Amino acid sequence: MTGQNANGARQATAAPDPQVPAIELRGISKAFGPVQANKGISMRVMPGTIHGIIGENGAGKSTLMSILYGFYKADAGEIMISGRPTVIPDSQAAIAAGIGMVFQHFKLVENFTVLENIILGVEGGGLLRPSLAKARAALKSLAEEYELNVDPDAVIEDIGVGQQQRVEILKALYRQADILILDEPTGVLTPAEADHLFRILRNLRDEGKTIILITHKLREIMEITDTVSVMRRGEMTATVKTTETSPEHLAELMVGRKVLLRVEKTPATPGKPVLEVDNLRVVDAAGVERLRGVSLNIRAGEVLGLAGVAGNGQSELLEVLGGMMPAAGQVLLNGQPIPLTGPHADGQSRRTAGIAHVPEDRQRKGLIMDYTAWENSVFGYHRDPAIGRGPLMRNAAILEHAQQQMQRFDVRPPNPRLAAKSFSGGNQQKVVLAREIERGPDLLLIGQPTRGVDIGAIEFIHQQIIALRDAGKAILLVSVELDEIMALSDRIAVIFDGRIMGEVAADQASAQELGLMMAGVATGKAA
Amino acid sequence: MDLLTVLQVLDSTVRLATPLLLACLAGLFSERAGIFDIGLEGKMLAAAFFSAAIAAVTGSVWIGLGAGILASLSLSGLHGLASITFRGNQLISGVAINFLAAGLTVLIAQSWFQQGGRTPALLSGGRFGGITLPGAEALREVPVLGPIYYELISGHSILVYVAFACVPLTWWILYRTRFGLRLRAVGENPEAVDTAGISVIRLRYAAVLICGLLCGIAGAYLATALQAGFVQDMTAGRGYIALAALIFAKWRPWQALYATLLFGFLQAIALRYQNLDLGFFTLPVQAMDALPYILTVVILAGFIGKAVPPRAGGEPYVKER
Repeated sequence: MTGQNANGARQATAAPDPQVPAIELRGISKAFGPVQANKGISMRVMPGTIHGIIGENGAGKSTLMSILYGFYKADAGEIMISGRPTVIPDSQAAIAAGIGMVFQHFKLVENFTVLENIILGVEGGGLLRPSLAKARAALKSLAEEYELNVDPDAVIEDIGVGQQQRVEILKALYRQADILILDEPTGVLTPAEADHLFRILRNLRDEGKTIILITHKLREIMEITDTVSVMRRGEMTATVKTTETSPEHLAELMVGRKVLLRVEKTPATPGKPVLEVDNLRVVDAAGVERLRGVSLNIRAGEVLGLAGVAGNGQSELLEVLGGMMPAAGQVLLNGQPIPLTGPHADGQSRRTAGIAHVPEDRQRKGLIMDYTAWENSVFGYHRDPAIGRGPLMRNAAILEHAQQQMQRFDVRPPNPRLAAKSFSGGNQQKVVLAREIERGPDLLLIGQPTRGVDIGAIEFIHQQIIALRDAGKAILLVSVELDEIMALSDRIAVIFDGRIMGEVAADQASAQELGLMMAGVATGKAA
Repeated sequence: MDLLTVLQVLDSTVRLATPLLLACLAGLFSERAGIFDIGLEGKMLAAAFFSAAIAAVTGSVWIGLGAGILASLSLSGLHGLASITFRGNQLISGVAINFLAAGLTVLIAQSWFQQGGRTPALLSGGRFGGITLPGAEALREVPVLGPIYYELISGHSILVYVAFACVPLTWWILYRTRFGLRLRAVGENPEAVDTAGISVIRLRYAAVLICGLLCGIAGAYLATALQAGFVQDMTAGRGYIALAALIFAKWRPWQALYATLLFGFLQAIALRYQNLDLGFFTLPVQAMDALPYILTVVILAGFIGKAVPPRAGGEPYVKER
């Protein structure tokens, strides 16, 4: 019963009628100029259920949710909340209608405490002291009810993303939300945090809350939702019961064609060692040791997957090998040592030596977002005589080359004159990948290859990685997506707290075993 | 150095720190809400001129104060319009306000009074006089405490007491009221404020107008309490020193008080010891006058350690949807 913890601005309503949809959308349309983001969308979500909305980037999911949360006004259509026609002109109205939203990028004030964030906007009086006391009491009961434990006095920037997300959920519940919308909630979470989140969501559903989960991850849809709607190009192509569908079927509905969810690959035929890393150590600016003696090797024609929860040293390893961070230790490339400090430990020298790098954060380290695709297509290789002579660049040649590259890598739209920022995540990644793979490096370092990339592009990127392997190149794959590591790798190493916990052959690895190593528990097979 | 000299220097410190303190708190409100304000100087200057001019014409210092505040508020409104409504660059808007004030005050002064860009000297009714606090005369002869009370605490103009009262008031508003919570939030993450259903625009205008009010009082104090009339460029960089003090104080009210007292103290020293004899070398008056400014540079060069400004500061808010 929502009435038990009445504490927000809105009076608790009676228990919802299970026969009336909590949300009903009728013919919602929204256009931005010539782009029709939502076309006649109708949807019903029954109270006390978890409803998934799945679709590729740009399919119109976020627009639809923004309409529900009062960010956009629909051009046509109506919204019914618990059977009542409701107009939602702004966030205030959405909150009053009992809708709470957990955004992909949290809307928290970083240097405020949890409590301060929760009461912001619903203080209920000019003075803070009574408001904070009331929120503290409410928070305690919510924590007990739903496993939503957060220290109310902790400052947001000091707590992890999993806890920050709980604060966002608490914010919505404190505002008496009956309908909770979560936009890509697991993108930043570890597997354990995601499991915890799902337990919270099930609890909330069992208490009668209605939950809408927006995601592009099929596994999550199958695991937690009761019903699922699929969106493609602004339209809702299907709404089905989760128990009556399969991931393959959903993927097909999303993309509009059959999609291979498993990566097709033959067993590796590894050759001579390409990369030999011995006792690599990195101490960061704050004096914390991020890599504590990492040793590993990769042979030609194999993919070494490096699994681990974000922040355990895998980013540092990539940056050291890519020449972006100094380190101590020894690294051999094709038997020759490469410098880890000094003027030749840079990205330029690494690329000349045959190490290509697709950075984890492609928008900050892989691309210059305001530059065009053709300009981006030569960064790191701009001293190549085919591209430039002395200080002058051969722009026409670069442009033509970029054009061909974009066609080969299926970048959409294939227009090299567009700024990098105007491509979708998947297409940005293809621009980076094309640049790095093209010159046939001996070693490819690739971090989070499919983060924020839609499912059609994931398939393509995975195929490119395997093709490079089959061409006899060595690949170091770093990803926080365990599924991706398991699908692509020939061997899997697990990194925890700057150390390699162990290494297993991919065909003998189990998610449980890897999960334990990722949490710092050594298993029998540890190297 | 006897007690009386020390007290006189400290008394002078208080008087000189007052406009800095008011301007610093003005900047604090604005910047805590995410609007950088380099135009404190211009607002103070405009307020100084209009308060002195109107006080000279009407003979009432209170009407003068009102006019000064009004002038400062209009410039604040201009800054708000440029940087909040039209999402312009806050530094450019602030610099423009400084130029505007520097030029217009002298121009209008010349046109109205024909005294070479200054206002006529204010007579007693046109100035804020000192207030003798109750019991000051009676306690004057009590050793130590008497002189401290009489010389240092009593005898300032009403605006000095207002300025010092603003410190705890600002602290209380920022940390103990709903308005303060929202103000701090909008300077850190306006999106969080927006999604909570609060108007970012309205909050930021409120902050900018409070800034205008306090700058107005600061300017009026300069022309009608500290001095007796307006002269060209009489703020002499106090707006910038207040900004330095604000950074020094890391955008916190009590620290703003200490920082401005330090700057006020340096100005008082420079005023009292025009040529400081160090025995082997006499520090000329120019060097003494430059002290507060040198300290400003040293402080801004990072002597204070890490000062994290409000995170959304300087950025116009555009709804990302």
